Amino acid sequence: MPAEEAPTAEAGPPLGGLGLALAIVVLLGGALAAQAARDNRYAAWEAESSLLYVRSGAVLTRLGLAFDDLLADLYWIRAVQHYGSTKIADEADRTYDLLYPFLDFTTTLDPRFNIAYRFGAIFLTEAYPDGPGRPEQAIALLEKGVAAMPEKWQYVMDIGFIHYWWLHDYEAAAEWFRIASEVEGAPWWLEPLAATTLAQGGQRGGSRLLWQQLFETSDNEWLQAEAGRRLLQLDALDALDQLALAAQAYRDRTGDWPRTWAQLIDTGLVPFEPLDPTGTGYILVPGTGEFELSRESLLFPLPREPEALPDPPS
Amino acid sequence: MTASATGGLMASLRVVGHVAVHVFKESVRDRILYNLVIFAVVLIIASYLMGQMTAGQDVKIIKDLGLAATSLFGLFIAVFLGIGLVSKEVQRRSIYSLLAKPVTRLQFVLGKYAGLVLTLAVNLAVMIAAHYAVLGVMSWMESPEFRAGWEAPATDPAMLKAFFLIFVQLMLITAVALFFSTFTSAALSAALTIGLYVVGHFNADLRNFEAVVDSPAAAALARGFYYALPNLAPFDVKTAVVHAQPVPWGYMALTTAYGVAYVGALLLASIVIFSRRDFK
Repeated sequence: MPAEEAPTAEAGPPLGGLGLALAIVVLLGGALAAQAARDNRYAAWEAESSLLYVRSGAVLTRLGLAFDDLLADLYWIRAVQHYGSTKIADEADRTYDLLYPFLDFTTTLDPRFNIAYRFGAIFLTEAYPDGPGRPEQAIALLEKGVAAMPEKWQYVMDIGFIHYWWLHDYEAAAEWFRIASEVEGAPWWLEPLAATTLAQGGQRGGSRLLWQQLFETSDNEWLQAEAGRRLLQLDALDALDQLALAAQAYRDRTGDWPRTWAQLIDTGLVPFEPLDPTGTGYILVPGTGEFELSRESLLFPLPREPEALPDPPS
Repeated sequence: MTASATGGLMASLRVVGHVAVHVFKESVRDRILYNLVIFAVVLIIASYLMGQMTAGQDVKIIKDLGLAATSLFGLFIAVFLGIGLVSKEVQRRSIYSLLAKPVTRLQFVLGKYAGLVLTLAVNLAVMIAAHYAVLGVMSWMESPEFRAGWEAPATDPAMLKAFFLIFVQLMLITAVALFFSTFTSAALSAALTIGLYVVGHFNADLRNFEAVVDSPAAAALARGFYYALPNLAPFDVKTAVVHAQPVPWGYMALTTAYGVAYVGALLLASIVIFSRRDFK
C-alpha cells in the first residue's frame, strides 16, 4: 500500500487576465457607488474643529520630541486656517476663540517663528467680525516675541502701532516707538516717529506715515500687502472726504443733497462717477450727503480711524 | 605593529566589509530604498501646498519638513532594520551556517552594524539631495526681493550640520537596536529602542532633578540615569539652522564625540553579549 502523501501547498496557475482586471474595476466601482449613495443620503459628519486636544504649549514641546519645529508649523497652519475659515464663514456668531491659543502654541514650540508674531498680531487685532478684535492679546504675543528675541525692534514697533491704530493711546504708542528706536539696529526714523506720534496722534497723516513705514520695512510679502491695503484704505477715506465736500457744495447751490451721481456730474462738482483704489464704485446714499465704500470692494470694511488728540489746554 | 598583525587586521576588516555589503544588498532587496521615493513625493507635494496655506512661510516649513522627515524615516530604518540584524538570523537559524564560516562573532556584529550604517548613509544622501533640489527650485522661482526677506538662503549649506547630527544620532539608535537585538526578540528590541529614543529626548530633565524632588538619593539616581542613558536632544539643531542661528564647530565636535563614544560602548557590549551566546 503506497504511503499516503502529505498535502502540499502547491502554487496554482498565476492569477491575472481580463477577468481579474474586470473584477477589480467592478469592486472599485461598487465602492464608489456606495460612497456616493451614502453622501447623498446622510449629511457629512464634520469633525469638531473648535477643539484643543492639548492645552499647554510646554506639554506640546515635550510631546514633540525632536519634531517641535514641525508641530509649530502645523499649529501655524491651523492658526491661518482657523482665521481664514472663520472670517469667511456665514455664521452670525463666528468665534475666533482658538486663534490666540494656536499662535501661543506656535511660538512656544518655535520661539523664533518670526511671522507668527507679526502676522498673528495682525490677525488678533482685526476688528470683529473680520477678526477677534483683541489688541491686548496681540500685544501679549508680541511681548512674548520681544522676550524671545530682544533684538527684534519690529515687534516693539508693532506694539506701538497697536497702541496707535487700535487702542488710540498715542502716548503709549510714542513710548513704544521710542523703546523700539533704542534697540540696536533699529532704523533712524523710529525716534522722530515717536515725536510725530505724540504731536499728530489721530491725524490721517500720522496714520499714513506709520503704514508707509511698515510697508517699506516689511520683511514679508503678506505683511507688505496688508500695509499696502491699509494705505489704499486711507486713500479711500481721503476720496470719501472729497466727495462729502462736493455734496456740501451741491447743497449750497441747490438747497438739497444729491440723489444721483448724474446730479453731481452735471453741476461739474465731480467729473465722473468715481471708483475706489481697487476699481469698485463708491455708493452715494441718496438725499443724505453721505457716501460709502461698496461692500464689494476689496477695501471693505474701512477701519475706524484713530481719534485726534484733544487740544492742549490753553 | 608587525606585518602579520597588519595583514590580520586587513583580513578582518575585509570580512567586516563583506558582511556590511551583504547587509546593504539585503536592505536593497527588502525594498528599503522605496522610502526615498515616498520622501521625495511628500516633499514635492508639500512644497506645492505650503505656499497656499502658510502665509509666506513655505521655505521655512519645507526646511522643517525635510529635516524632520529625514530624521523620522532614518529612525524607522534604524529601528526596524537594526532590531532584525541579529535576532532575524537567530530566528531563521541562518546564524548556524554563518558562524560555521570563517567569520568571528566580532566581525559578524561589526559587519552587520557597518552595513546598516551604510544603508542609512545612502538613504540620507539621497534625501538631502532631494531636500536641496526642492528648495533650490523654490529659491529659483522667487524674486530676489522676496528672497531677501528669508532668514537664511533656501539652500543654506548650514543645514548640512543638522543633517550630519541626525546621521550621528541614527548611528547611535542603530547601535541601541543592535545591542538589544543580540539578546532579545525583535519585537522587544523595537519596544526597548523606541523607549530609549523617547527617554533620550527627556534626558536633560534628569540632570536637574534635585530641583523637583527633596530626596538626595532620588536626585543622585536621576543624575546617574542622565549620564548612563543616551542623551539625544543635543543632536537636534534643526531649529537653529532653519533660523540661521550659529551652531559652533566645537558643539558639533563634542556632540559627535559623545555619539561616537556611546556607539563604541554599545558595540563592545553587543559583541561581548553575542560572543557569550550559546547557539547549540
